[in-house]
Amino acid sequence: MRMSRAILPVIVFTVLYAAVSLTVSNSYYQLMLTLVPVWAIFGLSWNLLSGYTGLISFGHAAFFGIGAYATALGQIYFDLPPWVLIPVAGMLGGIAGLAIGFPTFRLQGHYFALAMLAYPLAILYVFEWLGFQEITLPIKRDSPIAYMQFADPRVYTLLALAMLFGTILLTQRIERSRFGMALLAIKQNEAAAEAAGIDTLAWKLRAIALSGAIAGAIGGFYAVVLLVVTPQSVFGMLVSAQALTVVMFGGVGTVWGPVIGSVILIPLAEILNAEAGSRLPGIQGVIFGLAIICVILLAPEGLFWKVRDLSRKRAAPPSPASPVAHDPAAVNALPSKSTPRDRSAPADIILEVRNLSRAFGGLKAVQNVSFKLRRNEILGIIGPNGAGKTTLFNLLNGFLRPDAGEILLDGRDMSGRKPHELCEAGIGRTFQVMRPFLRMSITDNVVVGAYVRAKTDIEAGQLAADAIDRVGLSAIASRLAGELTTKELRLMELARALAGQPHILLLDETLAGLGHDEANEVVAVIQRLARDGMTIAIIEHTMQAMVRLVDSFLVLDHGAVIVEGEPEAVTRDARVIEAYLGKKWVAYAPH
Amino acid sequence: MTEALEGFLQALAAGLLIGAVYGLMCVGLGLIFGVMRVINFAQGDFMMLGMYAVFYLFTSFGIQAAFGNTIGPFVAILLAGPVLALFGYLIHLTLISRVSGTRTAALEGEGHYAQLILTLGIALVLQNGGLIVFGSVLASIRTPLSSSAWELGPFFDMSIFINKARGLDALFSLVTMTLLTLLITRSRLGKSLRAAADNPTAATYMGIDVDRAHRVAFALGTGITAIAGGLLATNNPFHPFVGIDYVIVMYAGVVLGGMGSIIGAFWGGMTIGLVQQMSTLVLPTQLQNAAIFVVFLLIIFFRPQGFFGRVVERT
Repeated sequence: MRMSRAILPVIVFTVLYAAVSLTVSNSYYQLMLTLVPVWAIFGLSWNLLSGYTGLISFGHAAFFGIGAYATALGQIYFDLPPWVLIPVAGMLGGIAGLAIGFPTFRLQGHYFALAMLAYPLAILYVFEWLGFQEITLPIKRDSPIAYMQFADPRVYTLLALAMLFGTILLTQRIERSRFGMALLAIKQNEAAAEAAGIDTLAWKLRAIALSGAIAGAIGGFYAVVLLVVTPQSVFGMLVSAQALTVVMFGGVGTVWGPVIGSVILIPLAEILNAEAGSRLPGIQGVIFGLAIICVILLAPEGLFWKVRDLSRKRAAPPSPASPVAHDPAAVNALPSKSTPRDRSAPADIILEVRNLSRAFGGLKAVQNVSFKLRRNEILGIIGPNGAGKTTLFNLLNGFLRPDAGEILLDGRDMSGRKPHELCEAGIGRTFQVMRPFLRMSITDNVVVGAYVRAKTDIEAGQLAADAIDRVGLSAIASRLAGELTTKELRLMELARALAGQPHILLLDETLAGLGHDEANEVVAVIQRLARDGMTIAIIEHTMQAMVRLVDSFLVLDHGAVIVEGEPEAVTRDARVIEAYLGKKWVAYAPH
Repeated sequence: MTEALEGFLQALAAGLLIGAVYGLMCVGLGLIFGVMRVINFAQGDFMMLGMYAVFYLFTSFGIQAAFGNTIGPFVAILLAGPVLALFGYLIHLTLISRVSGTRTAALEGEGHYAQLILTLGIALVLQNGGLIVFGSVLASIRTPLSSSAWELGPFFDMSIFINKARGLDALFSLVTMTLLTLLITRSRLGKSLRAAADNPTAATYMGIDVDRAHRVAFALGTGITAIAGGLLATNNPFHPFVGIDYVIVMYAGVVLGGMGSIIGAFWGGMTIGLVQQMSTLVLPTQLQNAAIFVVFLLIIFFRPQGFFGRVVERT
């Protein structure tokens, strides 16, 4: 039902568009109507890689151009029909995607974006040099249908529309699947995705291969429609910019963004060209540019999201100000130290760290750290800023390789494994910096973390629902992350880590930024998890909330363990006070 | 043998001269990018405006009459810098600041999407507006210097010829670069720019107005790029769409140097000038630009942080 509800608007759009285009007889406007779905598909292909992973590509013209040239040259030299060549163009685009993606995914952020810029431009000059300045597809009068040379231009529009329909459905499919969730997780925080058990490189390569394939195929179709291919018209900077423009204008990271962008912008540009461009050359570009500037100032995230936000605001109930009433964390009266877990028998050791060290250049961030974590224990790791707490976690979950030492998980040495392997082995973690998907519901945010354990989408949904229940957010599970308080976001992060069903939970400053009462609520949730059998290591630099929570403390300073032991003993230790406050305060400490 | 060496030295000299101007061009963008982290696609078109500003200042504002054809263009270039800096200041004030700086914290991807498309829109307006205002005819700034050369040598039967206009352009560029470096490293203004670039949040706490620092950087970067454009214009004819060709060179230079490093951007631009000129020794001229992009890709694969950049990551 969820699926059919998503498909319905697509069918309505397709039928309406087909109806409109069948009534147009002017061949110039018919060409324009063909180009709208072409650029929408190209935009969707860009969106698939850049919109969902957040890795902006300035070089999608590379795939488009390869497809266009493959189709044109294949017809000229091998006399193959486009029906064969367009799928071939798609395959070549996909291969190009892998070939470009594999080395380029090593780069991040702006470096990735700008490196992508170089590919189509390098290819452009090579094609010019090879003498393909302008190639024309041969006219086949004897077998027009086999060569896609239709007398009625409306057939091209319908063909393009059919391809757009397919691409939208494919994108919607991906959006709702494990694939789409993995890409979104990468966009949100690549490191966190890896820590949630997602093999990020593999998913990114799949995304760029598919994106390149779609771009290649539509590039091939473009060559067939226009019959003339030049390096500038398929590899040029403006082609890559076209993809960015339609998507960003319409809205990034949604199937409708590219469609909206191209339905508005392509006709606008063409009509301006035809009507105004002949009288005053350049005026069409000025108006077009101004239109883009105005819209983006009003709707910086694109039209789709602006409209959606506005309609949501109107639909939302007037006062969502007091959702606290049904907060299960608050309902469950704070379990304090008076209801201790059964700690009479010494539990078995689940994680043992021996002599772990890691240096960055001359800085010894973690030196010779050893400790044991028993099943069902809560270990508090404290220390001043820069003590090496987060580095220790990064070593434990595989972000960093230790220089020396061992990490024994259930007796097996796991040091130096990749984060997604350690996640599978049962280490879950949260991060200091939260990066939730503000426009997704709590459930959708948490599902991302469930895929490491779940075989199917349904199972992932169940694991997510279970995890949300354990942190007490079930009542508001459908609410968007953007509407949550810091406390609720922290709990949602916790649920995401829980959804992967870890044995050990590493919590990095989960209480940061919370008020006193809020911190108590989160502490209650953590205590409940521990009662249910979870083993937890938690980093914090404020001691207050921790004293009631943890079973033992590990105090780090300058990367080394200075004290280890029960909370009562540790808080009185002179070395701890010195590390936190400086030497002169030691004298004031209660002994 | 001697001939090959002579060709090599000649290309090296040409590369260094053009590289010095490319370097300055990249520094303009590097300033904006380094301080604001905004990808500005209109930078090439700001440079185009700089070229036309020099052209009109030179021909229509009496500079040609007052200073003559030899010194006149350089006087016009000197004036075009502040004119375009003012333009950049206004563009930031009215448009860019709405989707960047402290306002964008709440936007998807910190507003990068909005910045990209906004600057693409500005680029479209400037290019096509330029077509309307300036016309599609190639413009050029004529100076007798561009058709004469200094001869270095002969040493061992070899002579290297230095085009006088290119030589002075490079010198002008180096002087501008030196002054800019002094401004950035020594002055209070420069320090606040660097602070805003390094850590905007901390800079705010130190009482630095980050949005104002951005505006100053944007103005300064635009002015510098306009000066570089003016220097290029003394040798190369130009048209309203010339920006697209150069904006790519600028980005390549900035990335090569390491984003955020101003001196790095200069060396990045220099590298591109050298690669472009030296590649003609082994490759056909049409592949000159392909060579730039291949070298660019190779360098960022082996040193993704650029020559002068640092790797900063935080989980």
